[in-house]
Amino acid sequence: MTHQYLALTAEQKKELSDIALRIVAPGKGILAADESVGHMAKRLNQIGVENTEENRRLYRQILFSADSRVKKCIGGVIFFHETMYQKADDGTPFVQMIKDKGIVVGIKVDKGVVPLAGTDGETTTQGLDGLSERCAQYKKDGADFAKWRCVLKISDNTPSALAIMENANVLARYASICQQNGIVPIVEPEILPDGDHDLKRCQYVTEKVLAAVYKALSDHHVYLEGTLLKPNMVTPGHSCPTKYSPEEIAMATVTALRRTVPPAVPGVTFLSGGQSEEEASINLNAINTCPLMRPWALTFSYGRALQASALNAWRGQSDNANAATEEFVKRAEVNGLAALGKYEGSGDDSGAAGQSLYVANHAY
Amino acid sequence: MTHQFPALSPEQKKALSDIAQRIVASGKGILAADESVGTMGNRLQRINVENTEENRRAFREILFSSDASINQSIGGVILFHETLYQKDSSGKPFPTLIKEKGIVVGIKLDKGTAPLAGTNGETTIQGLDGLAERCAQYKKDGVDFGKWRAVLKITSTTPSQLAIQENANTLARYASICQQHGLVPIVEPEILPDGDHDLQRCQYVTEKVLAAVYKALNDHHVYLEGTLLKPNMVTAGHSCPKKYTPQDVAVATITTLLRTVPAAVPGICFLSGGQSEEEASVNLNAMNQSPLPKPWKLTFSYGRALQASALAAWVGKSENKKAAQEAFRKRAQINSLACRGQYIVSGKTDTAATQSLFTASYTY
Repeated sequence: MTHQYLALTAEQKKELSDIALRIVAPGKGILAADESVGHMAKRLNQIGVENTEENRRLYRQILFSADSRVKKCIGGVIFFHETMYQKADDGTPFVQMIKDKGIVVGIKVDKGVVPLAGTDGETTTQGLDGLSERCAQYKKDGADFAKWRCVLKISDNTPSALAIMENANVLARYASICQQNGIVPIVEPEILPDGDHDLKRCQYVTEKVLAAVYKALSDHHVYLEGTLLKPNMVTPGHSCPTKYSPEEIAMATVTALRRTVPPAVPGVTFLSGGQSEEEASINLNAINTCPLMRPWALTFSYGRALQASALNAWRGQSDNANAATEEFVKRAEVNGLAALGKYEGSGDDSGAAGQSLYVANHAY
Repeated sequence: MTHQFPALSPEQKKALSDIAQRIVASGKGILAADESVGTMGNRLQRINVENTEENRRAFREILFSSDASINQSIGGVILFHETLYQKDSSGKPFPTLIKEKGIVVGIKLDKGTAPLAGTNGETTIQGLDGLAERCAQYKKDGVDFGKWRAVLKITSTTPSQLAIQENANTLARYASICQQHGLVPIVEPEILPDGDHDLQRCQYVTEKVLAAVYKALNDHHVYLEGTLLKPNMVTAGHSCPKKYTPQDVAVATITTLLRTVPAAVPGICFLSGGQSEEEASVNLNAMNQSPLPKPWKLTFSYGRALQASALAAWVGKSENKKAAQEAFRKRAQINSLACRGQYIVSGKTDTAATQSLFTASYTY
């Protein structure tokens, strides 16, 4: 392995690094608006709206028409393929609407999970075929970053060594190809919150998974300064009987990241998983006030946790569009504050009271 | 891999973390006085002193009986086995002499290199047999940290995948065993400066080696907050025709560390390799002056670079004791300033040079 064969020139590295830093500039995070057609069906179903291309377009228009207030709290928007090529009512392409606000455009590039035979229901993610050509095209069409989601789950005998290794490898291949095409790869190794495991178990698994991811990225010669990480926060499983405070979640999460994510990575943009809008903001805020030293930006890449209220306010009625947009802007601003550790919560004094609940990290 | 079987209790973790923090407290570094009998022979021969046990004892006594204020610059001392059980002229054991100055005592634990068959002259390190029992005994005898040196070299065909993986694995086994016995393991994966390779090559190899080391430490469940790293600085090979400045060395070294060393590691104590006393101090100083982020302490673990002048002043004569101690004290103090980026190199003002080289980091 002794000789280096440069994967990227100095100019290419600078471009990738600049894009990444713009996305996670202080106080900014990502709007994950890349729900596939199938996923959008679930969302629209919940508010009694038919899943048509037009309705999906109308809904994304609500989000993208947000005014200049979002400039200071949204650094990037992740698109689904279909949405990249849609336009607003006045004919302005969505991509341009986003870029005009100084926000970076991203694209979901994976093609979903496929089973790993011989495992206990584990998966890998497909989408590598022709990925280089797709990236080149998306770059021409205005995208500067991409997202690829791998999925792991905690159960009595998962995640297995194969699942960890295979998903880490496929993430590294994707990242390498993206960078060759001037696209910053967001690396997303999601460990699902399903299960009754406790906080410690999630932390242990997260540490193992992230260590494997970063070893794979090193093996594949990926330029870390031109990547972002989108992990789960470290939380107990959904059906875990023990309850934990935001400070405990913050401590476990930051500890896990400090042990595995090289400081060269410019930003960590958490997924919200099954968390409610408020929960996702409170936890992000606790993470940003955690007393441990944090060498990367710690911010959000939220889907549901940024859109739930907006969807509810809209309910498919054009009269509700402005109110819905307003709900989104509110959530975006709250998360922008949380990314700076300045969100005081929606009423209860979680700010001051929260500080005293940090347990020394030797317990983690 | 899904279930955790805790390797250490929270109390054990705290004890290890506290020791590590004490060794690399602000402005402090390590005196590597663990030269084996053979290596000491080389040192003594150069000043025409016979390599006897008494002469080795006498020289170490000069260092360890320095005024207590040496503890402002020295946080830890690494001893060779023989030295741990030697005493000063008044009969006081060396570990006691060192500890009463508030300095932590360490011990070299490896048993030297062994060849890796089928490679181009590469090696691994032996010393794992009975290591647990040895650690337990050393802990009783006053030791709180261990050191183990793995060696890799850069040539047209090395380091090979096997050498990297095997040395990373033995380092991780050693580290795991140390922690079980309350000793903080200093992990030393030295890449020799021999050769005519340039700075970029050394950086590339160092990144690969350190990525493998931290993956192995993770695989072996080592508690990073209770370890220290002792790497080579990233430099060109000894016979490289191209010359680099201390700022070049600083940027290449820190960039490498940012890409591979988790922030959880409390301190990085560089080995001096073949550097002169002044070179080692100037390079360390340049690192601590660098505007690049440094989530860990960057300090020294120097052997020759702390003792060369002292040896030359002593030349085996007891009447030179004060002069030798003064030479050692001076070097220790200079390195203490270097750990804080406060060493004013006589002759030129380096600030301008430091500033203008920052943008070069993109090429790394």
